[in-house]
Amino acid sequence: MEVDSKSISTQAIEELSKELIQQRELGVTEEGERLIELQIGPTHPGSGHMRIRVWVDGDIIVRCDPDIGFVFRTIEKLSENRIYMKTIPLVERPSLLDTTPMTIGYINALEKLMGIEPPPRAKYLRTILAELTRIASHLYGIGIFAIFLGHSTGFMWGFGDRELFVELANQLSGARITYAYVIPGGVRRDMPQSFPDNVEKALRYFEKRLPDWYKMFLNNPVVEKRLREVGILRKNDAAKLGITGPNLRASGIEYDVRIADPYEAYDELDFMVPVADEGDAYARALVRFEEIKQSINIIRDALRKMPGGDIIHPQIARMFNPLMKKIYEESRRVKFPGVFASLKPPKGEATARVEAGRGEALFYLVSDGSPKPYRFRWTTPSYRNAILFKYLVPGHRLADLPAIYGSIDYFPPEADR
Amino acid sequence: MASQSATGPQAQQSQERLQAIKALDELASRLKNILGSLTGSITVDKKSMAINIEVDKSKLLDAAKILRGLGFEHVKSLTGVDHMETGIIELVIHIGSYRKGLRRFMVILRTKLDRKDPRAPTLINIWPSSELQEREAWEMFGIVFEGHPDLRRLLLPEEFEGLWPGRRDFAIVTRKAGEVEEPWK
Repeated sequence: MEVDSKSISTQAIEELSKELIQQRELGVTEEGERLIELQIGPTHPGSGHMRIRVWVDGDIIVRCDPDIGFVFRTIEKLSENRIYMKTIPLVERPSLLDTTPMTIGYINALEKLMGIEPPPRAKYLRTILAELTRIASHLYGIGIFAIFLGHSTGFMWGFGDRELFVELANQLSGARITYAYVIPGGVRRDMPQSFPDNVEKALRYFEKRLPDWYKMFLNNPVVEKRLREVGILRKNDAAKLGITGPNLRASGIEYDVRIADPYEAYDELDFMVPVADEGDAYARALVRFEEIKQSINIIRDALRKMPGGDIIHPQIARMFNPLMKKIYEESRRVKFPGVFASLKPPKGEATARVEAGRGEALFYLVSDGSPKPYRFRWTTPSYRNAILFKYLVPGHRLADLPAIYGSIDYFPPEADR
Repeated sequence: MASQSATGPQAQQSQERLQAIKALDELASRLKNILGSLTGSITVDKKSMAINIEVDKSKLLDAAKILRGLGFEHVKSLTGVDHMETGIIELVIHIGSYRKGLRRFMVILRTKLDRKDPRAPTLINIWPSSELQEREAWEMFGIVFEGHPDLRRLLLPEEFEGLWPGRRDFAIVTRKAGEVEEPWK
């Protein structure tokens, strides 16, 4: 953390005065000379790849300006220069550990354009992988959150336990993190026979761990002191700022795309949406833990209700050559037929949204009938939550900044795309 | 491929989905009544569960205020779509709601802007959630949001040169296979 000890110019102070008046009720004085600009990041080990500029008066933050874009990968522009298939691995790169919901969203938009719908078994397999990544993503987020608070046990436990779910995803998809499992019309491979048993073992182990997690992290008096009544996001503000995901639900708004606009198999599965009313950092952490429990329910329910049958749309299966057919029948793996290289969805546009681990992601795809998308627009949950830095942080002490940052589970590469 | 799949067997639509589509149609006709002369056309996109509303630039704020009053309180995405041949940049705004009756649907508000000088009124007084997205639309497409208090780059690096990388005519510099970049030379 570098400190710019120069006091800022009088003009800048004048600009700030308006906000200072708003902050007065929070105990901030108007003495402009005492404002110091701090630059947190972009190489800070905790902050990820973003810079936060904060102006502090003493140790109270008066103004905060998130400077994002340090890991901007121009995916929207890149995808306009690639065929549709090559965007599948692109969309899962930014949101580490939360990859499947993103591919589901992109593929859903593409399937809406093409007018096909995957068979039920493929839908269930997609749902299971999405929930596995959701748990892994929450554990990752909680691990980072813990290390922000100086709680290194939470970091180790989070990263240790997420390994279970990464390994399960590996068994299902053949890759640990970037799966590219979801393809138009279905999924790339069926689950192995031992998969349901392994899932059950892992879930049982993790359920046994959960009480320890609560003891170690959520009910830990130090963690509670750091998080309770810190970074309170009120219901109205959350709605106004368009916040999404667990951050929104921790502020008392029950909104989850899995319920609001069900996709894949979510309308047939049994689960609840955890909501908290407090809106503080503690509530946001609590909601994530409750969501892990619900994801466990979803995975169990999906495995129980798993329908049989094909994992790829018959129209695509019809285009397999004899070797592909043989591979599909023997080992239930789908190889891309050549037609995917020149896939031309009809002219038009489609919007799909999904509930990723950190919140709602929106995919807007415009096709002009050529093999490349005319326009691809993608907003991620972290991108929409970035605005919280500007409006939630001011008024808090500098020492609370890591707690607020960690609690909103902000992930810079996902925001920058 | 495309034409084949479009005529493929329609997947079974559940009863619940049919009800939702009915509600979507009702909402669209309600919007048509309320917005009245403000809009050019209102079309329903059943696949995406969205209502496309096309408005003239001068009526954008009025339409936005009405939508906000109806309960569409946040912006999910705000972006431009560049139509080079017709000289138009379309401003496309996806608006959603957290309310129980409306959360299933999206409203897509569209305005056509002149590609040579795209200007639109800022929406942050109506939807504060569009603040960062307007900055992105400005740096990518050059859409000037009149009245935005802080219109500067969001994602692009400070030293980036070249105008409006989001537009269609902005070419990506690519290297040939085997070509190595040697900045030290």
